[in-house]
Amino acid sequence: MTIAEWLAAAKADAEKRGLPELIPILDGLAKATERLRAADWNDDADKDTPR
Amino acid sequence: MITITETSRAVAAGRATSEKLTEDCLAKIAELNPKLNAFITVTADEALAQARRADHEIAGGRRIGPLHGMPISLKDLIDQKGVRTSAGSLVRRDHVAGADAVVTARLREAGAVFVGKTNLHEFAFGTTTEDSGFGLARNPHDPSRSPGGSSGGSAIAVATGMCLGTVGTDTGGSIRIPAAACGVVGLKPEWGHVSASGVVPLSRQLDHLGPLAASVADAWLLYNAMLPDSDQIGDTLEAPPLKGLKFGRFSGYLSDRLDADVERSVNDTIERLKTLGATIVDVNLPHADDMAAIYLHLVFGDAAEYHARTLVSRPQDYTTPVRLRLEMARYVLAEDYIRALRGKAVIAHEVDRALDGVDALVLPALAIPAPPIGAVTVPVKGGPDAVRSLMLRCTQPFNLSGHPAISIPCGRTSDGLPIGLQLVGHKGRTTALVQAALAAEAAIIS
Repeated sequence: MTIAEWLAAAKADAEKRGLPELIPILDGLAKATERLRAADWNDDADKDTPR
Repeated sequence: MITITETSRAVAAGRATSEKLTEDCLAKIAELNPKLNAFITVTADEALAQARRADHEIAGGRRIGPLHGMPISLKDLIDQKGVRTSAGSLVRRDHVAGADAVVTARLREAGAVFVGKTNLHEFAFGTTTEDSGFGLARNPHDPSRSPGGSSGGSAIAVATGMCLGTVGTDTGGSIRIPAAACGVVGLKPEWGHVSASGVVPLSRQLDHLGPLAASVADAWLLYNAMLPDSDQIGDTLEAPPLKGLKFGRFSGYLSDRLDADVERSVNDTIERLKTLGATIVDVNLPHADDMAAIYLHLVFGDAAEYHARTLVSRPQDYTTPVRLRLEMARYVLAEDYIRALRGKAVIAHEVDRALDGVDALVLPALAIPAPPIGAVTVPVKGGPDAVRSLMLRCTQPFNLSGHPAISIPCGRTSDGLPIGLQLVGHKGRTTALVQAALAAEAAIIS
């Protein structure tokens, strides 16, 4: 799931659950997740074997 | 501030009594608590009974040790048998502990007198002690400002003499941040050294228990008593000479967003250590700027698990800001939580590397002075920054890594607000860290 897909689903869910105040702060979590996924310790299945 | 070290000697010598000390603390609570809101529960009758018993035992030649008869408090997420453990939340307003937490039992065995349970950021999920189901707490140095958090009530209580020492918890800085903001000493021991059994968790893999006290020697006394009997080292430690100690100073992320007064005071203190013979070398943490993202995903994942049922069954009993953050936490994906776990291991390795060849790392405990109550951002070096991330910036790396760390007062801002210096030690060498802190404290006071 891409971050954009996750964020759209999370916002829709928050709206459905009657928590519209969550919608703006979910953007902050999305930014942190973006940072986490970009970190250089992450492995990819088609790259060097993890050591 | 009154220290346990000195007061305990006076009680042992018959020049003071536990009952009078406890009465003085209770009087201070009665005077200041309506204004500062440091305590959620005061156990006056039980404390006075314990104090009289301690006096009787000491007079009869049955003194247990330096904590015998000393009035202390517990952060109100630590169980004390027969007393409410609220965790600062109305969710737990009716919960009365059926037994002592392990740490409470150990301090009870050491003869400590419990005067009450201190206020905190609800469920320890915040850095300001503003969002508590029992009302916000205020900084004793400027009541328009936060005392820091989440152990805000604990730091206020020690700073004002409402008790002589206290036990807090620290998941991202919650002992060291309020210690720095209120001008007291706060020790976060190495992860796992002090049992968390009987303590309401925020994130079990990052939660640490430790003391806040008026001096490094007092923090050591409390910490030593919290350990299992087999791990206890002794009641007193000697400060080593500064000449021969080597400290690592960070460049980059951990030093580039500091309030000007904090930066000046910490740099002046480091220079003083150097003048008195310590060696200072530069160190870095290559992935420091990933720490906030790693921390967020771990704490969110863990907190979401603990609160999942009560968020559904009693959402109205949470404060709105904490409830919203817990609700947000429920959206963390498993794959991102695992990425954060791997990042935690990377940070732990890098802290070990930074410590290679030095006795301790030295940096601010809190990048800014105590923020105004209600502030979401504060200006640092020209631009506004989020209060929460600034407050966690210098402390959270060592929750991720599990290394022992201590905050000691090192000066004041131009407005008179306290500033804290943080020392971080090697795993397995908390004693050496506290000894280095004793040496630094002596250099600061002299």
